[in-house]
Amino acid sequence: MADFNLASIGLDVLFKGKNMARLIGGLGVALKISLLAVAISIPSGILLGVLMTWENKIVRFFLRVYLEFIRIMPQLVLLFIVFFGSTKIMKLHVSGEMASIIVFSLWGTAEMADLVRGALSSIPKHQYESAAALGLTKTQTFFHVILPQTIRRLLPISINLITRMIKTTSLVLMIGVIEVLKVAQQIIEANRAKSPNAAFGLYLVIFILYFLACWPISMLAKYLEKKWKV
Amino acid sequence: MAEPLLFVEHLLKQYGDKVILNDINLTVNKGEVVVILGSSGCGKSTFLRCLNALEPIQGGTVRLREESITHDSKNLTDIRQKIGMVFQSYDLFPHLTVLGNILLAPTKVQGRDKAEVTQEAMALLERVGLKDRADSYPAELSGGQKQRVAIVRALAMHPEVMLFDEVTAALDPEMVREVQDVMLDLAEQGKTMLIVTHEMQFARAVADRILLIDDGHIIEDEDPEIFFTAPKSDKAKQFLNLFEFHRPKKNK
Repeated sequence: MADFNLASIGLDVLFKGKNMARLIGGLGVALKISLLAVAISIPSGILLGVLMTWENKIVRFFLRVYLEFIRIMPQLVLLFIVFFGSTKIMKLHVSGEMASIIVFSLWGTAEMADLVRGALSSIPKHQYESAAALGLTKTQTFFHVILPQTIRRLLPISINLITRMIKTTSLVLMIGVIEVLKVAQQIIEANRAKSPNAAFGLYLVIFILYFLACWPISMLAKYLEKKWKV
Repeated sequence: MAEPLLFVEHLLKQYGDKVILNDINLTVNKGEVVVILGSSGCGKSTFLRCLNALEPIQGGTVRLREESITHDSKNLTDIRQKIGMVFQSYDLFPHLTVLGNILLAPTKVQGRDKAEVTQEAMALLERVGLKDRADSYPAELSGGQKQRVAIVRALAMHPEVMLFDEVTAALDPEMVREVQDVMLDLAEQGKTMLIVTHEMQFARAVADRILLIDDGHIIEDEDPEIFFTAPKSDKAKQFLNLFEFHRPKKNK
């Protein structure tokens, strides 16, 4: 144990040059993609989710198809379709980052819509009836009775969706986005000769970075779930 | 003295082809307490739900004074404010406190002053023995307490008629009484009430009039003493016999 040092677990590379800053920058890219996608997914998911509870069969059918298509496809395949598909077929130049935001938004919207639909339809019928019996209009019932309960059910589970989206951004390196994993690979490659243990150290750091990004969000979800337990 | 308040004429209610209520006629006077009895599935709850248009009806009319009550009335929410209803399921809004539940409709629907309604709500809560639970959430209350709050919530709208749909049916036996006492108190105050119940002792005590519904028809419309001691129709006798079994113990 006498000759234990940072190099033996591959942490020395972190302090070379701007490596640590680069890694954090990479995490920033991952967070930026996921948070932008979340910002798009939540409102559009709420809208689609409400539409999915409508009586209209045609609307429901198309939403169902969209939802199933997005959920069945692995996210990586979606990324390839959008990234390569847009350049080859539609002759558009879409950057890897843009393609990622599009895919994550499509995916997040579908997941969110399903969560909203589930939360809305889990409100018991007698909540609507007792509101009606008190003379509330449909709009008043929705805003004062149904929506607050839906949000309470929805918030913890949609926060969990956010952490899932952050974690899944690790796929975007496959379409050339320089996020945290890609940065790590570059550092490992560059230091292969001098620091052969860099892989272990860097992936350990990435583990910690992801943990630090997702754990508080996860805790918040748990807290809200407890607080709003109805 | 009797002032007719609620009119039901030739009411017809169907689910698809199945006739639930057929040619129901009833006039309820102001201050009258009408208890509706009948075996399960006879349509008594459905009848109550037709009275504030929670169920669309297929024929006949329901009126509160001159205003007709139908599922597609433009002023349906106005009429529903005049007809309070309490359900079997604990139907409080779980995200609001007891006080929040009571205040919601008077402030949002009737646009009344919050301070004024709060004062009234507290007085009503005191009356049902729940003043100290005003800031509790429904999840913290027992079933009997929830039903008492539900009654107060309906009363805060100043309804002219109160409908009670088996409000004690889902309660533990020891909580039935506290809810029934509130209803007896309302009857004493001269509230116009229509009550669907399976509790015969309570029906006899609270009612001015007993209706027996069987197979979608009103087959008895009687004074409670006569109904319980000397029922006229065979159906009524049969129905009361169902409860005979329990009576020796209950009457002590």
